[in-house]
Amino acid sequence: MSSETLLTVKNLEVTFNTPKGKVHAVRGVSFDLGRERLGIVGESGSGKSQTGRAILGLTAANGAITADKMQFRDVDLANLTPKQWRKVRGARISMIMQDPKYSLNPVMTIGDQIIEAYREHHKVNAKEARLRALEMLEAVKIRDPERVFNSYPHETSGGMGQRVMIAMMLIPDPELIIADEPTSALDVTVQLQVMAILDDLVRDRGMALIFISHDLQLISSFCDRVLVMYQGHVVEELRASELHNAKHPYTKGLLNCLPKMDGDHSDLPTLEREASWAEG
Amino acid sequence: MIEISKLNAWFDDNHVLKDVDISVPANGSFGLVGESGSGKSTVLRTVTGLVDDWEGTITVKGKKLGPKRDKDFYRLAQMVFQDPFGSLHPRHTIDRILTEPVNIHGLGNSDARVVEALTQVGLDNAFRFRYPHQLSGGQRQRVAIARALILEPKILLLDEPTSALDVSIQAEVLNLLGRLRRDLGLTYIMVSHDLAVVAHMCDDIAIMNHGRIVERATAEQLAEGTLEHPYSQQLYKAAGGYDRAVVDTFVDWD
Repeated sequence: MSSETLLTVKNLEVTFNTPKGKVHAVRGVSFDLGRERLGIVGESGSGKSQTGRAILGLTAANGAITADKMQFRDVDLANLTPKQWRKVRGARISMIMQDPKYSLNPVMTIGDQIIEAYREHHKVNAKEARLRALEMLEAVKIRDPERVFNSYPHETSGGMGQRVMIAMMLIPDPELIIADEPTSALDVTVQLQVMAILDDLVRDRGMALIFISHDLQLISSFCDRVLVMYQGHVVEELRASELHNAKHPYTKGLLNCLPKMDGDHSDLPTLEREASWAEG
Repeated sequence: MIEISKLNAWFDDNHVLKDVDISVPANGSFGLVGESGSGKSTVLRTVTGLVDDWEGTITVKGKKLGPKRDKDFYRLAQMVFQDPFGSLHPRHTIDRILTEPVNIHGLGNSDARVVEALTQVGLDNAFRFRYPHQLSGGQRQRVAIARALILEPKILLLDEPTSALDVSIQAEVLNLLGRLRRDLGLTYIMVSHDLAVVAHMCDDIAIMNHGRIVERATAEQLAEGTLEHPYSQQLYKAAGGYDRAVVDTFVDWD
C-alpha cells in the first residue's frame, strides 16, 4: 500500500426528493482513499450504499449530489457529462453489486456478458476477447470455464454468479473497485471463498477497494481501514486492526450486540441510540 | 415435547431429508444450523405440515402426527418465518392479521388477546391499526411473533427469525424470544445459518449438511470449539471472520 491518494471525497451530500419530502441520505461524508482496502459499514439506511453509488454517479434520478470535492486521480467526478462518465465507469472505477441474480443479464450467456464488458473498453477482436474472458473465469477459480462461459445466469449458483460478476467487473482492469455487499447473499463459507478471490485479484493487480457491508466483524477482518456510518454521517474512522479500541458508542454498541459462541444465554446488550449521533 | 425419528422427506425425486432424529424436551431450545440446501428449514416445514412427501415419526406432546395437521396441532405449535416482508398480508391491518387466527380457532375475546399479544412482543397499542408497510423490519418480525403467540402455543418453530434484520435489531428480537421462552415456558426449534445466533439461543444444536445431521453439540461444546466433523469445523472457522489462510483449508461439500 502506498500513500498516493486515488480518490478524495469532501463533504459529500446526497438528498432525494420523494413524495413524502426530502430525504437526506448522506450528510457530509469526507475521506481519502489510497491503494488500500477501505470498509464502509453501517446498518440499513445509514447511507453506506448511497455513498458508494454517488462516487460512480449512479444516484437515482430523484437524487441530488453535492460535494466540495470529488476527485479521482485526474478526473473531477463532480462535473462529468454522461459521455465522460462512460469513460470512467467500468474502465477505471467499477462496482460489484450485491445480488448476481438481478445484476446479470438473464437472456445473455455469461461469456457474452464478460466479452461485452471487455470490448467496451478494449479494442480487440472477438477471438482475443473470448480468450481473455476464459482466462478471467479461471482467475475467479471457476473449475470448468468453458461450460460456465456458455451457460446463462440462472444456471449458476449464488457463489458462482458472484464470481462471474467479479470476473466481469475486473476484466477491464479498473483502478478502483466498489463492492456493495458483494457476499451478503451467500453462505458463510462461500462468502469467504469469494472474498479470498477478490482479495487475491485486488492485491495482484494493485487495485483500490471500497468494501461496503453491514457486517462489522467481517469488514474489519478484511479491510485496512473502516468508516462507520450512522444516518448519513461517518461517526467513526479507524484502522481495522484497532476495532477493539473503537471509541464511538455506536461502533461499540454494534460490536456488543452480536451474539457470541461463549455458551452464555443471557440477554444481549442492545443499542441505545442517541439523537446526538445523527448530528455528526 | 418434540420427538422426531428417522425423518425422511422428498421433493419429487430429490431426497432432501435423510434419517433426521431430533428430540426436544419441554421448555427446551433446539438449534438447527446449516447452509442453504442443507434441509434445515425443511425439518420445520415438515413438522408444521408444509411438506407432503415424508416418512418417519414425528411425535409432538405425546401425539404422533399423521399426514394432516388438525387445529389442535396449530394451537400447540406455531411457526415464525424468515422474511417479515413476505409473511404479513400487505393489505390487512396489524389488528386484522392478529385477529384472524383467534377467529379461526373460535377463541373469542379477540380484542383483549390482540392487546396482550402486542404487549408481549413490546409493541404499543398505536401499532394496532397500521399496515405492515408502515412498520420497520424489526417491528414486522415482532408482529409475526405476536401472531404466533396469540394462540397461546407451547411450541414455536422459528425459521431464521432474525436473518433479515440489522444486528442491533437482531439483538432485540433474540432477547425478546429468550424472554418469552422463560416467561411462557415455550419450547423452540430454531433454524439459522448463523452458528453464533444458534449457540446463543439454544442448549442443543445439530449441524446439517445435504439433508443429514452430521454432528450434534451442546452450547458448551460450541463455546469450547470442540467440534469433530470436518464440515462443522469448517462452519465454525468460517464464523470467525475473514482469514486468507483459513479459506485455503476449505473444501467443497457438494
